[in-house]
Amino acid sequence: MDKTRELELKRIANDVRIGIIEGVYSAGCGHPGGSLSIADVLTYLYFEEMNIDPKNPKWEHRDRFVLSKGHTAPALYSTLANRGFFDVEELKTLRHIDSRLQGHPEMKGVPGVDMSTGSLGLGISAACGMALAAKYDKKDFRVYAVVGDGESEEGQVWEAAMFAAHYKLDNLVMVLDWNGLQIDGPITEVMNPTPHDEKLRAFGWHVITVDAHSFPEIEAALKEAREVKGKPTAIIAVSVKGKGVSYMENKCEWHGQAPKEDLYKVAIADLEKIAEELK
Amino acid sequence: MADKKATRESYGAALAELGEKYDFVVLDADLAAATKTGMFKKKFPDRFFNCGIAEGNMMSVAAGIASTGKTVFASSFAMFAAGRAFEQVRNSIGYPHLNVKIGATHAGITVGEDGATHQCNEDIALMRTIPGMTIINPADADEAYEAVKCAVTTDGPMYMRFGRFAVPNVVRDCVPDYKFELGKGVLLREGSDVTIAATGFMVHLALEAADTLAAEGISAEVINIHTIKPLDKDILVESATKTGAVVTAEEHNVIGGFGAAVCEALCEAYPVPVLRIGVEDTYGRSGKVPPLLEYYGLTAANIVDKAKRAVAMKK
Repeated sequence: MDKTRELELKRIANDVRIGIIEGVYSAGCGHPGGSLSIADVLTYLYFEEMNIDPKNPKWEHRDRFVLSKGHTAPALYSTLANRGFFDVEELKTLRHIDSRLQGHPEMKGVPGVDMSTGSLGLGISAACGMALAAKYDKKDFRVYAVVGDGESEEGQVWEAAMFAAHYKLDNLVMVLDWNGLQIDGPITEVMNPTPHDEKLRAFGWHVITVDAHSFPEIEAALKEAREVKGKPTAIIAVSVKGKGVSYMENKCEWHGQAPKEDLYKVAIADLEKIAEELK
Repeated sequence: MADKKATRESYGAALAELGEKYDFVVLDADLAAATKTGMFKKKFPDRFFNCGIAEGNMMSVAAGIASTGKTVFASSFAMFAAGRAFEQVRNSIGYPHLNVKIGATHAGITVGEDGATHQCNEDIALMRTIPGMTIINPADADEAYEAVKCAVTTDGPMYMRFGRFAVPNVVRDCVPDYKFELGKGVLLREGSDVTIAATGFMVHLALEAADTLAAEGISAEVINIHTIKPLDKDILVESATKTGAVVTAEEHNVIGGFGAAVCEALCEAYPVPVLRIGVEDTYGRSGKVPPLLEYYGLTAANIVDKAKRAVAMKK
């Protein structure tokens, strides 16, 4: 990957993270940890990988994205806003009574949201449906879904895994945000869903493991996925929950709460410092 | 009343026929032979997708396909379509108001020998609580066919309830110029003493009961409600205004279903005594259909009895 472009993507991802914090702080609640962990993946998808048009969000040939771990909506909204689907200022209306930015993504109201999600396990199945529709309609759009590692404890994720392999959905990429933490603790302690790589291979998927915060690795994996024929690809993206905000990193307790004013300031200062470093 | 046919047969036949004109897809969960979507599969194998025994996944897959602009029929037994997959139907299909038509067969007690685990008497109640969900429960094979035709050209989520057991074709016999209209009740027989509002399998029994009542000097009006949601309140209020007493009949739990919907509507608009016939908040059991119907009181005789009691309750 071109170094200049990598730096640019890092800056965008940092802006996405600032948007996440602004949104969650303004809402007074929400899910910053898992939003920060997928910010780089979403940035790459929306700024490099996906064939989309922010001016025409319902374009029928567009690539689709499903945030199966819908509670990390702040990351999706911030990515969409930074990509030009709507104004970044609107992020500060997250979860407000008169806002279209619902606590979990809602496809009818928000430009760029391709599927309403939030109930875990449902989104990856919907992504399978989209990928199947593309095959059936002989359209060449691709479908991307982000699933949480904790979410993979839902049986439906494995029903979908079975379905995608059965129908040879090679136009589907599932990114598993592997931050290792869920609300009640480490995933291996709460209800161990590992090893994901072996399980997904056994289900018939092509599996690639990457560092979720390395753009060259994300890029290489997504390029590889395009070459895989006859099976879906899973990218296990090993991430840091809370990435970028010092006190949130690798802390379960920041899965689902917003910082108060003092810690909000620390979070913004952390991210502004990163922005300085990226200048 | 010569022809007897299960409404699920019409579901399969209608899909197979309408598939020529309309570009929809059909999903099933390993029950194509029983839900009769196999008839569509045989004719349009490229547009049929078996999802295996994974109904939750099927409903969300249906939503994903529908989000790309397609109409999708998703089929299973009522127990699994409305019961097991309730949350997927609500969140993946209902909330985004997607164009998925759920074809739920083997509804109610008339499943027969398979017994309680497969006799779904709760699906209408479950589906009624989903905002924007249309619910159709056809009375006979003819009406079931018309309902599927309507589903193909109607936007939004829809739950269609079909039975396993053969029923006589009665609606067109009563109304020669019958035309299926979504959300409109069908007046099958005029009367002045009591209204029998029936849905689905119970409609032909309501007509039978009206005959018996007539012989005893009680004039019963019979209304077929195929669309349970949105409910045709006007026809109910109009009839209740005329007769002053109502009996409802459904092959479903009396809690939360059709009878409950009628009570809610009449309580708010024109309160009259309403007696409900249905499964009395209990589970089904194995057996042949005729003794099962006796066991649960889903009979013309019970409708007659309740109609008389409703008449007696009038002020």
